Amino acid sequence: MAINTGLASLSEGLWTAATGTYMLAVVAYTGEYAFGRNGRIAGTAAAVKHVVNAGATVKQPALVGAGAPIDPPPAPAGPYGAGIVTKRDSDAGRRWGRIAVLLTVLGALLHLACVAIRGIAVDRVPWGNMYEFTLVVGLVATLAWLITLNRMPQLRYLGLFVMMPVLVVMFLAGTLYTKASKLVPALQSYWLAIHVSSVAVAEGILLTSAALTAMYLVRIRFEKGNLRRLTTLGARLPSAASLDKAAYRTVAFAFPIYTAGVIFGAIWAEAAWGRYWGWDPKETWAFIAWVIYAMYLHARATAGWRGRQAAFINLLGFGAMTFNFFVVNIVISGLHSYAGLN
Amino acid sequence: MYLIRRLWRRLTSMRTAIVLLFLLALAAVPGSLLPQRPLNPSKVDAYIAGHGAWGRFLDRIGAYDVFGSFWFSAIYLLLFASLIGCLIPRIAVYARALRAKPIKAPRHLDRLAENATLSTALAPADAARRAAADLRPRWRTAVREEAGATTVSAEKGYSREAGNLIFHISLLAALILVAIGKLYSYQGSIVSVEGTSFCNRPISYDTFHSGRLVDTGRLANFCIDDLNSFTASYRADGSPQQFRADVTYSTGVNGPAKRDTITVNHPLRTEGDRVYLISHGYAPTVTVTRPGQAPITDTEAFLGEDQNFTSEGAFSFPGADDKLGSDLGLSGVFAPTAQITAGVVTSVAPTVKDPVLALLAYTGTLNPTGQPQSVYSLNAAAISSGKLKQVAAKNLALGQTMTLPDGTTVRFDGYKQWASLQVSHDPTQVYLLIAAVLMVAGLLGSLAVRRRRLWLRITPGSDQQGTGRSLVAVGGLARSDTGNFSAEFAAVVERLAAALDSTGGPPEVAAASPEPLGAGRD
Repeated sequence: MAINTGLASLSEGLWTAATGTYMLAVVAYTGEYAFGRNGRIAGTAAAVKHVVNAGATVKQPALVGAGAPIDPPPAPAGPYGAGIVTKRDSDAGRRWGRIAVLLTVLGALLHLACVAIRGIAVDRVPWGNMYEFTLVVGLVATLAWLITLNRMPQLRYLGLFVMMPVLVVMFLAGTLYTKASKLVPALQSYWLAIHVSSVAVAEGILLTSAALTAMYLVRIRFEKGNLRRLTTLGARLPSAASLDKAAYRTVAFAFPIYTAGVIFGAIWAEAAWGRYWGWDPKETWAFIAWVIYAMYLHARATAGWRGRQAAFINLLGFGAMTFNFFVVNIVISGLHSYAGLN
Repeated sequence: MYLIRRLWRRLTSMRTAIVLLFLLALAAVPGSLLPQRPLNPSKVDAYIAGHGAWGRFLDRIGAYDVFGSFWFSAIYLLLFASLIGCLIPRIAVYARALRAKPIKAPRHLDRLAENATLSTALAPADAARRAAADLRPRWRTAVREEAGATTVSAEKGYSREAGNLIFHISLLAALILVAIGKLYSYQGSIVSVEGTSFCNRPISYDTFHSGRLVDTGRLANFCIDDLNSFTASYRADGSPQQFRADVTYSTGVNGPAKRDTITVNHPLRTEGDRVYLISHGYAPTVTVTRPGQAPITDTEAFLGEDQNFTSEGAFSFPGADDKLGSDLGLSGVFAPTAQITAGVVTSVAPTVKDPVLALLAYTGTLNPTGQPQSVYSLNAAAISSGKLKQVAAKNLALGQTMTLPDGTTVRFDGYKQWASLQVSHDPTQVYLLIAAVLMVAGLLGSLAVRRRRLWLRITPGSDQQGTGRSLVAVGGLARSDTGNFSAEFAAVVERLAAALDSTGGPPEVAAASPEPLGAGRD
C-alpha cells in the first residue's frame, strides 16, 4: 500500500495544532501556578511555621500543611488584607487550572490523532523513526500526567512542570521531522511494535520521574532552610518526602517495563542481526542506563545513599537515556541508525 | 582470617554493590565512544594511526575491546562475587522466614502508624480464631495467648523477597549462560552467489569464529544445497522494500532437500543453527577467450559502494604455469542502471535496467608475493610496482566484448545476485531467554508486591462500659513503601469488623485514633 500523502499532511497539521494547544495549556498552568491557592497559602504557611519553630505560638493544626501542601489547610488567620488577596487569587487560580486541564485534554486528543493518522498514512506502527518516536514519548508523558490528575487532582498546580517538558519534546519532534515513509526491511517486524512501544512507555514514565526528582532536589534544599533565589520555588512544591516517594514509584513502575523492552530488543536482535547482544552503541547505552537505574533502586534501600544521592543517580540515569536517544542516534553510527535524518 | 572476613563483608555490602554498578556503567562508556575491534577492526586501525601515542596507549589498556578487557571483567567479576555473597545469606534468611511464625504483636498497637479499635460480642479466643480465618487466604497468621489477651499476628507480601531473589538468581544464571555461550558458539559468514552451495564447515566460510570449546571438526551437519535466487524489491521512491533469499537446504548426512525463504527478520532455523541474510549485491559474469584456448566463464561478487549498487570487484585469470607474467586481471565497476558521465560509470538505481560493466584489463603477475589477498580488488602493490600493467579499458554493455592487444577477448555475459549469509550457533540461547523471562517476573514481584504486617490484640470487655463486648485493637505496619497503606488498612479493618460481628448488627467501630504526625501520606 502506498503512502497516503493527504493523511500524512493532516497528521502534520495536527502536530501544529497539538503543540499550539499545549502551549496555551502551559500558559494556563502558569496562570494557576502564579495566582493559585497552593502557592500563596503554602508559602504563607511556611512563613508562619518558621515563627512557630521560633516558639511564638504552639497549637496550630493547619501548619501541618507546610510539610504537605498537596492537601493545603484553610488559610491561616492573617492580616485581613492578605486574607482577601488569597481568596481572590484562589478563585483565579482555580479558573486557570480548569482551563489548563481542558487544554491539556484537547491537546492530548489532537496529539493522539496526529500519531494515529500518521500510522494510518504509512500503514504501519507510527514509531519508525526519531520524529515519530519522540511524538509517541510525548504522548505517553501527557497521558501519564492526565491519569495522575484523574487520581490526584490536588497535584494540578504542578502541571507547569510536567507540560513544559512535554512542550519541549513536541518542539524537538518538530526539529527531527521526517517525511512520512515506509520502513526499511530491517524494521519490518512485529518486534517494532513490541520493543519500541515498551521502551517508549518506559522512557515517558522515567521522564516524569526525572521531573519529580528535579523538584525534589529544589524542595529538599528549601526544607533545609536554603532560601536563595531558585530554592524559593520549593515553597510551592509538595513535601520532599512525597516527591521522593513519587519519583521512586515511577521508577519502580518503569524499570521492569524498561528491562522487558531491552530483552525484547535482544530477542529482535537475535532474529535480525544474528546475535542477541553485540555491544552496539545503542545496546551499550541501554545497558548503562539500566545499570544506573538499578543503582538508584539499590541506593534508595541503603542508608547513606537515600535522598539526594539517590536523586542524583536518578537524574544520571535519565541523562544516559537521553544520551542514548539523541547522541547515539544522531552522532554515533551503529546498527540502530534508524533516525531517518540522513 | 579476620581481614579476609572483613574484606568479604565489605565486598558483599550494598554500598560496594552500588559503587561497582557505577563503575560498570562508567567502564562501558568508552565501549560506545571508541571504535571497537570486535565490531569494526579497520576503524580501530585508522583510529590508532590517527592518534599516535595516545592511540597506542589506548590499545595497550584494551580500550578497543572494552567488553573483553581485564578491567571490565574485573568489575563484573567483583560484582558477581558481591552478588553471590549477598544472595546466599538472604536465601537462608528467607528460607527461615518462610517457616517462622509472624512475629509477636508489639505492646502498644496504638502507636503504630495505622491503628484502629473495634469491639465484638465474641470472646477473645473465638474472635482471634475468626479473625485469623478471615485473614488467612492472603495473610500468614499466628494466634497467641498473652496475659489477659489473645493476639493475632499476620503478615503478607513474602513473594516480594522471593521475587527479589528470583531476579538476582536469574541474573546470575544469565551471566553464567552468556559465558558458557561464548565457549560453545560459532559464527561463519559467506558470500554466496545464486546457484552455488556450501556446507557448514569452517573451511567453507569466508570468515569463521568459534568459541574455545567448539569442536570445529564436528559442526552440525547441514548444507545450503542451492541459493536458488535472491530478490530485492524496491518501492517507487527507490527505498528498499524486501530482501529475500530462496534456498534449498538439507540437514543430517542424507537429509531430504527442503526449501525455505530467508528474509531480513526471518533467519532459517535448522537444528541448533541459524542462517541469516546479512547483505547482498551483484555478481557480473564475463567470458575470457585467449587466442587458441577454450573460453573461460567466471562470475565474481562485486561489493556495492553506494545505495544504488555502483559495485566494485575483480576477476583473476591465472596464466599458464610455465609462462610467468601471463596472468590476466580485470578490475571492474558494475552499475545495474548505469549513467556514464565523462567516461565514469555510476549507478542511478539499485535495480537492473541498463547494466554496464566498466573494465580495466591488466596483464602480468597477479600475486607476486603469494600472500592471501582480497578477491574484490587486484593487488595494488603489483600494479604500482609495474608487475601488473594496464593494457585496455572499456565500458561494456550487456553482451559487448573488449579485445586486448594480445587478441584476448572479454565478453560481458550477464550478472547474478549474491547474498551474504551468516551461520550462527549458540546452544545457550533458549536457556538465556528463560533466565531473562524469570528476571522480569522476579522484578515485578520484588517491585510490585507489598510487605505488610498486621496485629490484633483482643481483650475481654470490661464491665465499666457495661456492654460485655471484647475490645479489638488493630495495628498495621507497611514494610515496603509502595502503595497506599492507609486505604488498604482501612479496608482490612472494615472486613475484620464485618467478620467479627456475630450479632448481625452493624459493627461498632470505636473512633480510630487520628493519624499521627509523620505518618506516610500517600
